[in-house]
Amino acid sequence: MAIKERRIVYKHVDEEGYSNDIDCYIKNGGYEVQKKAFEAKPEDLRQEVLNSGLRGRGGAGFPTGMKWKFLDFKSGKPIYLVCNADESEPGTYKDRQLLYQDPHQLIEGMMISAFAIGAKQSFIYIRGEFINGARILEAAIEEARAKNLVGDNILGSDYSCDLIVHRGAGAYICGEETGLIESLEGKRGYPRIKPPYFPAALGLYMCPTIVNNVETLCQVKHIIDMGGEEFSKIGVKGDSGTHIMGVSGLVQKPGYFEIEAGACTFGELLYDGCGGPLPGRKFKAVIPGGLSMKILKWGERFKGKHPNTGEDFDWGVEDIPLDSISMGLCGTALSTGGAIIMDDSVDMLEAMANINAFYAHESCGQCTPCREGSLWMNKLSTRMTSGHGREQDVPLLLDIADQIAGRTICAHGEAAAWPVQSAVPKFKDEYLDKIKKQANGERYNPAGFPLI
Amino acid sequence: MDLSLELTEKIDKLIPRYPDKRSATLPLCHLIQEEKGYLSKESVEWIAAKLDLQPMQVWEVVTFYPMYRREPIGKVHVKVCRTLSCALRGSYKTCEKLEQALGCKRGETSHDGKFTIEFVECIADCGYAPVVQVDDKLYEKVTPDGKTDELIEKIKRMAEGESVDETPEGVKHPAFMG
Repeated sequence: MAIKERRIVYKHVDEEGYSNDIDCYIKNGGYEVQKKAFEAKPEDLRQEVLNSGLRGRGGAGFPTGMKWKFLDFKSGKPIYLVCNADESEPGTYKDRQLLYQDPHQLIEGMMISAFAIGAKQSFIYIRGEFINGARILEAAIEEARAKNLVGDNILGSDYSCDLIVHRGAGAYICGEETGLIESLEGKRGYPRIKPPYFPAALGLYMCPTIVNNVETLCQVKHIIDMGGEEFSKIGVKGDSGTHIMGVSGLVQKPGYFEIEAGACTFGELLYDGCGGPLPGRKFKAVIPGGLSMKILKWGERFKGKHPNTGEDFDWGVEDIPLDSISMGLCGTALSTGGAIIMDDSVDMLEAMANINAFYAHESCGQCTPCREGSLWMNKLSTRMTSGHGREQDVPLLLDIADQIAGRTICAHGEAAAWPVQSAVPKFKDEYLDKIKKQANGERYNPAGFPLI
Repeated sequence: MDLSLELTEKIDKLIPRYPDKRSATLPLCHLIQEEKGYLSKESVEWIAAKLDLQPMQVWEVVTFYPMYRREPIGKVHVKVCRTLSCALRGSYKTCEKLEQALGCKRGETSHDGKFTIEFVECIADCGYAPVVQVDDKLYEKVTPDGKTDELIEKIKRMAEGESVDETPEGVKHPAFMG
C-alpha cells in the first residue's frame, strides 16, 4: 500500500518535466501569490501567518506568526530577514530538495515574508557544502530580479529588498539562529545568549531580525495563497500544515514524504512508505526528527490521555501519529522530520559512540559543559566500543550528559545530551552485555556495519 | 597578492552588497580559497586589509570553520560522510576502501599530491547514504561493494584531469540531467 501524501511545498519535487528556471515556475502559477500579497497591507499578511498556526520547520517548532509578532518595529532600526538554509541536523535532507529543485518557491516565499515584516534586506544562509545549491539560487535570484520580483521597487510597489546568498563553511553550530547571525556578520559562529539577544530585537548588526527555515518560508507562500484560517484546518490542533518526513537508515526504500500532520502513523511511514525493514531484519530503534531528538525503542509503549481528543491512548512506536503534539506525548519531538531507522543488526553502543563523535566535533567550544562534556562522552563511548569498557562507564555517561543539558548558552548542550539521556536507560542492558562479551574478545554484532 | 582580474571584480562588486563590510569575510575566504587552493598568511592579510579588519579577525574565522584550510590539498578532494545515517549503510567501510585505493589516510593527502580524503560530518543527503562528495559533486549510495570501486575509477580519472560526469549533484531530478 502506498502512503497518503499531501504535497504542498513538495508539489513539484521530482515531478517529470519540471525544471528550476523561472519560466517553468511561472508556467505553474509561480509569483502570482507575491503579486497578490504586494497589494495587501503588511500587517494583514502577518496576521494570516499568525492565524495559520504554522510552526517553524527548522527543528524547534516555534510558531512562526509569534516570532514575527515579537519583531521590534518601533526601534527605527532596519529589519532583516534571514533564511536558514544551513540544513545540518543529521538525518535531515528535506531543504536540499527545495533549494535544488524549486528555488523560486523559496524566493517567492521570502519576498512575501520580507514585505510582510518590512525587511530592508534579506539573506539566504546556505551551508557551505551546497555549492551547486548556492549557484542555482544565485541564478534564480538574477532571473527574478530581471522580472522585477526582487530588488528595487518590486512590482512597482515602492518596496525594495535585495536578496543575498551567503555560504557557510561547514560548521553545524551555524544552524542555531544566533550562531548563524554571528557567522553572517563575518565572525565565528558562537551563539549569543538570550536574553538579551533575541534576534527579533537584537539580531543581525544588533537590528531586529527574523531567521526562518527554508520549508517555513516556502509554507508562507501557501498560507497567503489559501488564507491563514484555511491553512490552519490542515493537520491537527496545535500543529497545522504538513511535515516532510525524510527517512534514512535501515529500511528498504529510504525517501521523503510530505504528509498532513497527524494523517498517518510512524508504522505506516516505515512500512507503506519505506517498504519495512531490510530482508530478515526487525526494527530496533528510531530517532524521529534529526539526530539530537530522543531515541525511541521498538516495542516500548506510550500511554496517557491525548490533549486534542481527550481520549486515552496506548501506542507502540508504530502507532504514533506523525504530528508534533503526539510525538511530544511520547517524550520526543518530530522536529525536522529527519527520521533515522535502526534494525536488529545495529550495535546500539556503536550507534551511541557515532552520535557522541558528531557532537564532540561540532561543539563550538564557547561553554565549558558542552565543550568538555561532549568530548568526554565521545572518549568514553569510543572506549566502551573498543573492548576497554567498564560497567561503571554506563552510569558515568549518563551523569556527564545530565551535567550538560540546561547549562549552556544554546541548545547544542541539549542536542548533545538528549541522545545519551534517552538511549542509556533504554539500552543499558545491551551496553552492559556488550562490555562483558567484548572483554571476552567477541565482536558484539557482526552482522551490522561498523559505526565508529 | 596576485588574483585574477575576474575575481578582483567579483570581490569589489560583492563587498558593497553587505550593510557591513565584515560580513564579506566568509565569502572572501571561499573565493580566494577556490582560486588559490588554500588560505595562506598572505591571503588572510589581504582579506583583512580589504575589509578594514585586523588579520586576527580573519584568522579566527579561518581556524573555526572546517571548510577552510591553511595548507594545499590534493588535486581531487574526497569527502566521505561519517555521521549515523551514512555509517548505518557502510560509510566506514567505504572510507577504508577509498583510503586503500587512493593511498592516503583520512585527513591526509597522498604522496603524489593527487588525492585528499576527509571523513566529514553529515552533508544532508541522508536518504541516499552512504554519500561521498568529490570536489563539488555528490555521489550517492556509494556502498562499500562495487559502487565504491566504480567511484574509485572515476576519482582516478579526475586526477588525470578528465571530466567524468557532466551532471552536477542532485542527479535524480530531470532538471539536472544536463
